[in-house]
Amino acid sequence: MTHQPPPGMHGLTPSQTVGPFLAIGLPWPDGPQVVRPDTPGAIVIGGQVLDGAGDPVPDALVETWQAAPDGTFAHPDDPRGPGGGANGSTRDDGFRGFGRSATDSDGHWEIVTLRPGQVAAPGGGTQAPHLDVSVLARGLLDRVVTRIYLPDEAAANAADPVLTSIDDPDRRATLVAQPTGQPGCFRFDIGLQGWSGGLETVFFDV
Amino acid sequence: MSESESLSGSVSEMVPYVRPVGLHPPLDSPEYRSSVLRAPKQPLIRLAHGPTEITGPLLGAERVTASDADLTVRHVGEPLGERIIVTGRVLDSDGRPVPDTLVEIWQANASGRYAHRVDDHPAPLDPNFDGAGRCMTDSSGRYKFVTIKPGAYPWRNHLNAWRPAHIHFSLFGRAFTQRLVTQMYFPGDPLFAQDPIFNSIPDPQARDRLICRFDLDTTQPDWALGFQWDIVLRGRDATVFETEEQR
Repeated sequence: MTHQPPPGMHGLTPSQTVGPFLAIGLPWPDGPQVVRPDTPGAIVIGGQVLDGAGDPVPDALVETWQAAPDGTFAHPDDPRGPGGGANGSTRDDGFRGFGRSATDSDGHWEIVTLRPGQVAAPGGGTQAPHLDVSVLARGLLDRVVTRIYLPDEAAANAADPVLTSIDDPDRRATLVAQPTGQPGCFRFDIGLQGWSGGLETVFFDV
Repeated sequence: MSESESLSGSVSEMVPYVRPVGLHPPLDSPEYRSSVLRAPKQPLIRLAHGPTEITGPLLGAERVTASDADLTVRHVGEPLGERIIVTGRVLDSDGRPVPDTLVEIWQANASGRYAHRVDDHPAPLDPNFDGAGRCMTDSSGRYKFVTIKPGAYPWRNHLNAWRPAHIHFSLFGRAFTQRLVTQMYFPGDPLFAQDPIFNSIPDPQARDRLICRFDLDTTQPDWALGFQWDIVLRGRDATVFETEEQR
């Protein structure tokens, strides 16, 4: 079955799995540091990636992308960003918005970052602070995409158009990190596939 | 002006990216055994493209040196195998080049063995080959690597399963929506027909776009064979842009 792709979609390159050997090419030594760990206001977000048997996934890569605390992005499509939208500007505090953490033998990943600010919603209004997340692993023929929201943003979360579009409260809760009890530390587990003891994380079609 | 108004007005061109319907392999592809316990079972929820999705990391230049693009010069001696040049352009689906974007690759050595502790294929490691490379695209979106041709290797997906020779590619583009990780294959590989990863792509024409092209003009006399492979990332959805403009 072949058909002409719609205009603007011509010749797109399809995805393939990252495979079991991504550790050769993708991790950066400073990948988990979205900001230097000694930066005032730095928070830690981490958790486990689990498969459909509830077992840890030791060969995954978790990548995050988010706004700065003021809700801006260091990107030309955000005219409010540092450098007035100049290409690739970095901030004085070294915040780069992007995090990359390979999972360890226990399926654990972790990043150090700053709290994202609120950003505009595509249809008007605002979105609660969030991080976009890509998960890459052997067994995944394309990345899967989810979001991390923060548990102490209850009012903003309650008004967030993405969270409120998910009817099942248990499913919705998979997108909200949990406090760990330590200040500035949050836990976000990613269930690739539901199993008897655990929920499947909500994943998005982007 | 309320905070919400100032936020909405700020990212002025919230133009979404095209949605590659039917392009990528279905996550649930049981012929690829590793997907069985890892592919989500619930339907994906459509996410409208907002500021987080139409922006993305523009990183890499600060972590790339010229020798990172030549996988044959980083050790005491030269790696064994067929020396090759792999080059091409990163474009979006409107044909526009994607400049200054990080391209990361990794691959097996000429014997089909990865320099990774998990790889127990009984083929020799090559002390002069680690298999990792990176470069930035130039102003015309072009990337170029010098490496050796990777070997095919067996895996345990099914009886007598072998992966066609391939190089893993990771691309960022300029937006979160454009992130792509894929594999480049070589022309005429007899292993395509039995490979569930290659064949997981539903459209045979899209599958063929992962195969590079031998190019005599890229080939350097008395030195290395040349291959060309262009990578096309999602572009802006012009139709939606017009609708937004007309409002």
